[in-house]
Amino acid sequence: MQDINDKPLLVLEGIEKSFGALKVLKGCSLSVSASETVVVIGPSGSGKSTLLRCMNLLEPIDNGVILFEDREISGERNDKHVVRKQIGMVFQGFELFQHLSAVENIMLAPVKVLGMSRADAHDIAVGLLRKVHIPDKAGAFPDELSGGQQQRVAIARALAMKPKVMLYDEPTSALDPEMIREVLDVMAELSAEGMTSVVVTHEIGFARSAANRIVFMDGGEIVENKFTEEFFSGAVGGRARRFLDQILH
Amino acid sequence: MSLELVLEYMVSPAFVEGALMTLLLTLCSIVCGVAVGLVIALLQDTKTKIGQALTTLYLWLFRGTPVLFQIIFIYNVLPSFGIRLSAFVSGVLALSLNEGAYMAEIVRSGLQAVKTGQRVAGLALGMTRGQVLRFIVIPQAARIVLPPMGNQLIGMLKLSALVSVIAVQDLLLVANQIASANFRYFEALTAAGIYYLAMTTVFMMLQMALERALDPKARRKTRKWTLTQRLLSVSNEVATR
Repeated sequence: MQDINDKPLLVLEGIEKSFGALKVLKGCSLSVSASETVVVIGPSGSGKSTLLRCMNLLEPIDNGVILFEDREISGERNDKHVVRKQIGMVFQGFELFQHLSAVENIMLAPVKVLGMSRADAHDIAVGLLRKVHIPDKAGAFPDELSGGQQQRVAIARALAMKPKVMLYDEPTSALDPEMIREVLDVMAELSAEGMTSVVVTHEIGFARSAANRIVFMDGGEIVENKFTEEFFSGAVGGRARRFLDQILH
Repeated sequence: MSLELVLEYMVSPAFVEGALMTLLLTLCSIVCGVAVGLVIALLQDTKTKIGQALTTLYLWLFRGTPVLFQIIFIYNVLPSFGIRLSAFVSGVLALSLNEGAYMAEIVRSGLQAVKTGQRVAGLALGMTRGQVLRFIVIPQAARIVLPPMGNQLIGMLKLSALVSVIAVQDLLLVANQIASANFRYFEALTAAGIYYLAMTTVFMMLQMALERALDPKARRKTRKWTLTQRLLSVSNEVATR
């Protein structure tokens, strides 16, 4: 496993992005290796979520280059959906399709995008629901599920496309405290199995236990990019230290 | 008043054909109306200047003039530009174009009720914009727009009587012609009225069944309208036209 870790799966170079006059990303560079879990932390408005949304082309970039498996995916193109098939994403607000049951939410993209048969997709969906620990919720509709259950269905939905990397955009920020654990556990299990993951979160405990690397962003810049042990052993600059002091107290 | 004559009229070929004509007019116009409404709604959604300008002009024209005027205009004025349409096609065209102007608003409210996050989630799964629209947005919007669309359908059935002015042999024209031949207005119009009521009632029941079918969970009732409420809301809406 260590040797494939050296091969970068997703590379961002000098990403710049503005919303109107506001420059939210000021030249961010980051490389994510296969099987690696990278946690992105930083204060609100630091550009973490925007950076994540650039990775699967949901947010067009103004400058810079994005490489996915050594191929450039940034720039003008009208086949963004082909790229996105290989990149899973989980949102803060779950975004399960309200008109479909849990199992149908998971089946939709494999059937419609990959052209899989409904029977095969159903088998995969049932297997994934077991993997996220809610095998008995297959027929439940989103509004019949707790937040934690919805988010786990959303993770299963993304996994059904067999993505090469999972992007998590503050996956536990909209959850009640007692449900955060169950979602983080599923994410940690996936990471441990070698699923390449980029996680934007405020959960420092998760970062400490599940991440290989911590990226600290502030004001649209990547300020720190360190191995987890290194980051938490205090080998960081003043901005990251101040942020850690704030959220740990 | 003679009940036998009412019955006799109702089963006469002229009345049956008239009722079928009314039904055909209504269905053609509503289907085209929904299509026109969808195009306008999507055009408005693109938020381009030209799209906005076109749709505003359209809505202004078709909501700012009476339907009756539109029917007569299309039938009588287009031929002088070399566009010769049959009375039926003119009627359907006028009713659809007019309906589209109202349907656009309904379609738009349905599309807007599906939150952006749902579309983004679909895109993130690798769907194209078309697939997102087809598999995520429209199924969810359909449940929201169905009750008002059902009202429009019933409204259309009644509006269709207006095409009698351009000599489309619809139910009202047939009834009127037969009555004016022997002055048995009461019987002829009663027969036509029964047909209209029967058709609106069937439409309402279809609408209720469809609403239930589109509801993924049978037990969840988003909006439950009784037949009477439907009748009342329909009559209110048509009165404001």
